[in-house]
Amino acid sequence: MSVVLGLFNYWIVIALMMTGFYLVIATSNLIKKIIGLNIFQTSVFILYISIAKVKGGAAPILEEGTELYANPLPHVLILTAIVVGIATTALGLALIVRIKEAYGSIEEDDIREKGGTT
Amino acid sequence: MMEVVLANLPALQVLLPLLTAPICFLVRKNGIAWLLAFVATLGSFVVAINLFEQVSNEGVLSYTMGGWEPPWGIEYRIDELSAFVLMLVSGIATVTLAFARKSIAKEIAPQSFALFYTALLLCLAGLLGITITGDAFNLFVFLEISSLSSYILISFGKDNRALTASFQYLIMGTIGATMLLIGIGFLYMMTGTLNMADLAARLPEVMDTNTVRAAFAFIIVGLSIKLALFPLHIWLPNAYGYAPSTVTVFLAATSTKVALYALLRFIFTIFGVEFAFGEMPLQFILIFLSVLAVFSGSLTAIFQTNIKHVLAYSSIAQIGYMMIGVALISVAGLSAGILHMFNHAIMKGCLFMALGCVYYRHGSARIEDFKGLGKTMPLTMAAFVVGGLGLIGMPLTAGFISKWYLVMAALEHGLAGAVIIFSVLAGSLLAVAYIWRVVEAAYFQAPGNDEKVEAPMALLIPTWALALATIYFGIDTQLSVGAATQAAESLMGGTP
Amino acid sequence: MLIATALASVFIRDLFAVIMVFGIYSLLSAGFFLNLNAPDVALTEAAIGAGIAPILMLGTLALTRKKWDPEPHAKKSTHTPLLPLIVVAITGAALVYATFDMPYYGDAEAPSHTHVAPRYIQESGQEIDIPNMVTSVLASYRGFDTLGEVFVIFTAGIGVLALLGFLSDGSGRKYWQFADTASLRRHTVLHVIAKILIPLILLYAFYVQFHGDYSPGGGFQAGVIFATAFILYTMISGLQAVYKIIKPELIYWTMAFGVMLYGVTGLVAMFMGGDYLDYNALDHHDPIHGQHMGILLVELGVGICVAAVMMSVFFNFAGRGIRLPEDTKEGGQ
Repeated sequence: MSVVLGLFNYWIVIALMMTGFYLVIATSNLIKKIIGLNIFQTSVFILYISIAKVKGGAAPILEEGTELYANPLPHVLILTAIVVGIATTALGLALIVRIKEAYGSIEEDDIREKGGTT
Repeated sequence: MMEVVLANLPALQVLLPLLTAPICFLVRKNGIAWLLAFVATLGSFVVAINLFEQVSNEGVLSYTMGGWEPPWGIEYRIDELSAFVLMLVSGIATVTLAFARKSIAKEIAPQSFALFYTALLLCLAGLLGITITGDAFNLFVFLEISSLSSYILISFGKDNRALTASFQYLIMGTIGATMLLIGIGFLYMMTGTLNMADLAARLPEVMDTNTVRAAFAFIIVGLSIKLALFPLHIWLPNAYGYAPSTVTVFLAATSTKVALYALLRFIFTIFGVEFAFGEMPLQFILIFLSVLAVFSGSLTAIFQTNIKHVLAYSSIAQIGYMMIGVALISVAGLSAGILHMFNHAIMKGCLFMALGCVYYRHGSARIEDFKGLGKTMPLTMAAFVVGGLGLIGMPLTAGFISKWYLVMAALEHGLAGAVIIFSVLAGSLLAVAYIWRVVEAAYFQAPGNDEKVEAPMALLIPTWALALATIYFGIDTQLSVGAATQAAESLMGGTP
Repeated sequence: MLIATALASVFIRDLFAVIMVFGIYSLLSAGFFLNLNAPDVALTEAAIGAGIAPILMLGTLALTRKKWDPEPHAKKSTHTPLLPLIVVAITGAALVYATFDMPYYGDAEAPSHTHVAPRYIQESGQEIDIPNMVTSVLASYRGFDTLGEVFVIFTAGIGVLALLGFLSDGSGRKYWQFADTASLRRHTVLHVIAKILIPLILLYAFYVQFHGDYSPGGGFQAGVIFATAFILYTMISGLQAVYKIIKPELIYWTMAFGVMLYGVTGLVAMFMGGDYLDYNALDHHDPIHGQHMGILLVELGVGICVAAVMMSVFFNFAGRGIRLPEDTKEGGQ
């Protein structure tokens, strides 16, 4: 029983990750691919933050009388990763706009018909 | 002043290109932007040479960012391998920038020049940052800097397909990076640290867990995407094919090499040989995939009409050779792999630069553009032939040396060795086939127009610098073989 | 809930709805982060995942659905779902396999809590002396990572500029007004609300920026919030009005200024005898004061850079709004 309780959170995260991952590789719509990528990444963020959780711990801001804090390191890493994620998203979307202008479509199949390479 | 610089060389290695980038962006004046970029790159090459000498005299260097000792702060750690790769990358970058100025004039709109150099500097800084860092998460951050800037660089390509190629690379690259992130997360979970040396020290305790095994798998797959290891290579031909010539030169000669470096770092330094090859079936998988890479890459290359694609597929095959060397798990094999990484960077750089020269005159690099080029662009074609001979592995070129060492290393391995030797030889024959097509067109077909249209000196000099380097490292192997062997020994010896 | 929204994004065909669902997903994860005692991350995820990202996605959607292609025709896709499913199943299985040897969720004895992190929790009070540990680690212990990440953002700014900005076409024409938002201009009520909201948002941004040492927040969050105020203003009043207040040139300068502020702070520390980004060296008599100065400066650099890049990215998307297809680069080789 404790195995299930102890790991349940991670399993949820994995389900989320795989949903995003599936969306990235299975859809032919470019915007949806980017959304999938975002869901995939966001779930990895949840994984990291779950690592940081300490039962009974407080948010990692020093306070008198508090002994137990959540681990601040994964929080920092994920702040970085979120920013990296939005950077990638912005760039990907900009590319989509240009692809649309060049090929008149944001569906992979149409683009391929018109000589694109996705 | 001088003391401060000398004491902080490891930081400056990355900071020079990194902090020059925003200035370059603000300047906007094309000439000055180029000059800034060139000086910054040259500077970081000088730093790299300095570091290389320091490491070979004094051993591993460590530098703490922010003055916090590892594992709490971020550490820069330079051993024989990273010093060698740093020198390679910054050296190639210097030559590439010399080449860039004329080359992009024909391929990119003038108002984007400054942005182009900014992105190139960022990409270089990212690659150097990956190579020099001793911290797993820092590696991820700099990997993203270099990846994002390479997507930008590729999208500068004239052809519309550059956009889709860049997008495809963005999707695959981000999946790769996210997998790396998952792997690093698992490692952190099990050890509580991100510093590579510290990871190496703490991993053995928890080695025998599913989590570490999965972390290993995710990191290898993630990096293999960046490395374009068969069958995860599909982004590479288009990315190389449609990017501006300068970008192709730069990425082909540096980006995959740095990904290989990162892979070596994780396999040998962090996980250790015993775990990577003892507990995981990595050796068999790698050899199998690498041999496939050699054949499929070379075979596909033969049937391409765009010569940029020919060379791109050839790169996939060459990456196969490097990985074969790595997968032999012996000092000899590993040094052959590292040596080939070095030699291939120079040869491919030379070849793609020669293509850039052709592109400069003809606006494309298809096989029909090469007709009679032996007459009309003799110097360019001669450089191409030198690079091509290197790729085939003719004696007296750098390519021969690395293949020789690879075969020598394979000889120790019985049946698997025989398969490897066979595929090296077959791969070389296939290389003869795809290089010959170009040579045949250039020297045995009449040019459409007899006029001499040799590329300008500004393009020829960098091209020939690399062509001469191809020959030089085929004759005097002291530097390259020495450094590669040292690096291999330190990797096989355990922690850096 | 999270799973429901994630799954919804797979099955819904309408892109607009998918983007909305994604926004909800991000907001839910932000709530989840808060629940896991990670307020800094929650604030960032809410601002970026549920704020900026959907706005950009909607912007892209608006730009890619133009008159000549009113409906994305639902063609039969050549993608077979089988191969992706197999790949995903294998990856998922590998992940589940990995979980069996993981330390349990919330376990205070897990290696991640006992090796490196305790130093941050126990010593940062003396070594850096600001209550928010996330800020200490972010800006000082792992300050170089953060420098890297500011450069990632800067790179994205450069990229969007190169792809969509006025620099990318040679026509020399510069600033357009955001076509899609012009209609919003007639809504007086919106105007009034926005006029009240915008100063409040800006004020809040400054609070988040400078109070980041004591409470959740810091440069990133402040930068994003600051940019949001201008994005709101753009939506109400159009791009031209914004460009009357801030010239694009100014945004580009601030973008570079932000990253340079961070980078140069590190260099100053270096020339004052420390390692790169060693804030202790900033004040030889009182290293704690040096730390405070260093953190203040780099956080400011982060805030400025993030705000400028976000604005630049959004304005470039918006500016693309009414450009005609003929303006784009020539097709084919």
